[in-house]
Amino acid sequence: MNQLELKKVSVSHVQGLQSNTVVHDIDLTVEAGECFGLVGPSGCGKSSLLWVLAGLNPHWEGEITLFGQPLESGKIFTGDRRRRVQMVFQDPYASLHPKHRLRRTLAEPLKLLGLSDINDRISEGFKQVGLTENMIDRYPHQLSGGQRQRVAIIRALLLEPKLLLLDEPTSALDMSVQAEILNLLNELKANHDLTMIMVSHDPDVIDYMCDHAVTMKAGRIDQEKRYV
Amino acid sequence: MTNKSSLVDVRGLQIGLADGTELVKGIDFSMGRERVALVGESGSGKSLTARSLMGLLPDSLYVEADHFQLLDHPVLTYGQRQWNTLRGHQVSMVLQDPKYALNPTQNIGRQVAEPLVLHQSMSSKARVEKVEYMLDAVGLPNPAKLRKMYPHQLSGGMGQRVMLAMALINDPQLLIADEPTSALDHAVRDQVLALIHSLVEERNMGLLLISHDLQQVADYCERVMVMYQGKLIDHLAAEALPNATHPYTQTLWSCRPNIAKRGQPLPTLDREHLETLN
Repeated sequence: MNQLELKKVSVSHVQGLQSNTVVHDIDLTVEAGECFGLVGPSGCGKSSLLWVLAGLNPHWEGEITLFGQPLESGKIFTGDRRRRVQMVFQDPYASLHPKHRLRRTLAEPLKLLGLSDINDRISEGFKQVGLTENMIDRYPHQLSGGQRQRVAIIRALLLEPKLLLLDEPTSALDMSVQAEILNLLNELKANHDLTMIMVSHDPDVIDYMCDHAVTMKAGRIDQEKRYV
Repeated sequence: MTNKSSLVDVRGLQIGLADGTELVKGIDFSMGRERVALVGESGSGKSLTARSLMGLLPDSLYVEADHFQLLDHPVLTYGQRQWNTLRGHQVSMVLQDPKYALNPTQNIGRQVAEPLVLHQSMSSKARVEKVEYMLDAVGLPNPAKLRKMYPHQLSGGMGQRVMLAMALINDPQLLIADEPTSALDHAVRDQVLALIHSLVEERNMGLLLISHDLQQVADYCERVMVMYQGKLIDHLAAEALPNATHPYTQTLWSCRPNIAKRGQPLPTLDREHLETLN
């Protein structure tokens, strides 16, 4: 089944009364369980597209079908969709609340969903990504960049998403730490039946990780590539 | 190349916090007019080492060394005034991110000319000519127009070229490049490294290139020094990298993903094992 289908999708950034279209007429499909790659130079619109898929930018036109149901342009995500699509941001330093302990950051969405055994879920998540449980009560600044990016991945995974959006998850990290995070993502993909969309400007990372990738150029799809 | 170890000669360099925590734990190295890469993960002390060569460490850190000579100057005893005669003149530095390293309130021409104002006496007309020549040398189009532009009007790759022009305008003997490409796009990275390589070659300068991506710098350097947790743990010629014997160097060399490694896990560092080696 297709997890995601885009037909003639254009994305604009709206600032006040001005609107600037940065992505033009994108057609693509992402199948369940695959790792889909978006590659391209800075400013080619790959992150803009990802923000739309995360429900963070409602200013788009065209047709998007997510989990078999059509999305409505101009509206933010509601209900189950919010939980099933999760995003890991580029900068592990900016994506965790600096004044909250990790437990508080991670528990917040779970409380909102009214889940039980929140602490157990968090400890389980920490084990899954290879962090020790004594780190749960630390502040983000007490972790290294690689550890923080793992916490950002746990945050997304705790909500049991079906679609994981990764916006350059390793570009702020060292090469050696990047290898650890990519291994982790591959393991999670195999064990959890996740669909991942990964944005990167590093073609090597995409070659290594993805089953299907498109290269974008100036807001349009330039090349499409299937690895399997 | 002659007089190989004349630019930097350091023995027993220690950098640490006032409370006694050692960050760089006694390293020895020397370099001449050659291209050397200093590689390691973040927190390994490579940037501190580089900054100590520019006298740019914060006051809260102490620096000690048995022997510390930079271009035959005993710089360990130097105060700021003496450093000022060296910095930007005979030794200069390119920083990581042009977005933060360039002054947003001054135009490019003024910033590139600053080393000339500080270290050389020349007419303002000659200065403008030199600035335009330098902007052209780093491959920037239309120097006359660019001189009047401001940093926010440039892309990352152009900003990095401007920083390079600024660093090289006084024809220094040693250039220190601290992760010059990690804020840039992948396609631009190789261009900037190749540019640094050719400019350094042309001017017969020494280059200390700092990076965490071993594979990328290997093409542009003759020697590689590997740092881990404040120590220099490996030291080898760039050609010898594929056959490195130290497990840390091996992992850094092979952990870059590529299409051939699909489906197999990437090698990662066995940090506990490295602790025992230390």
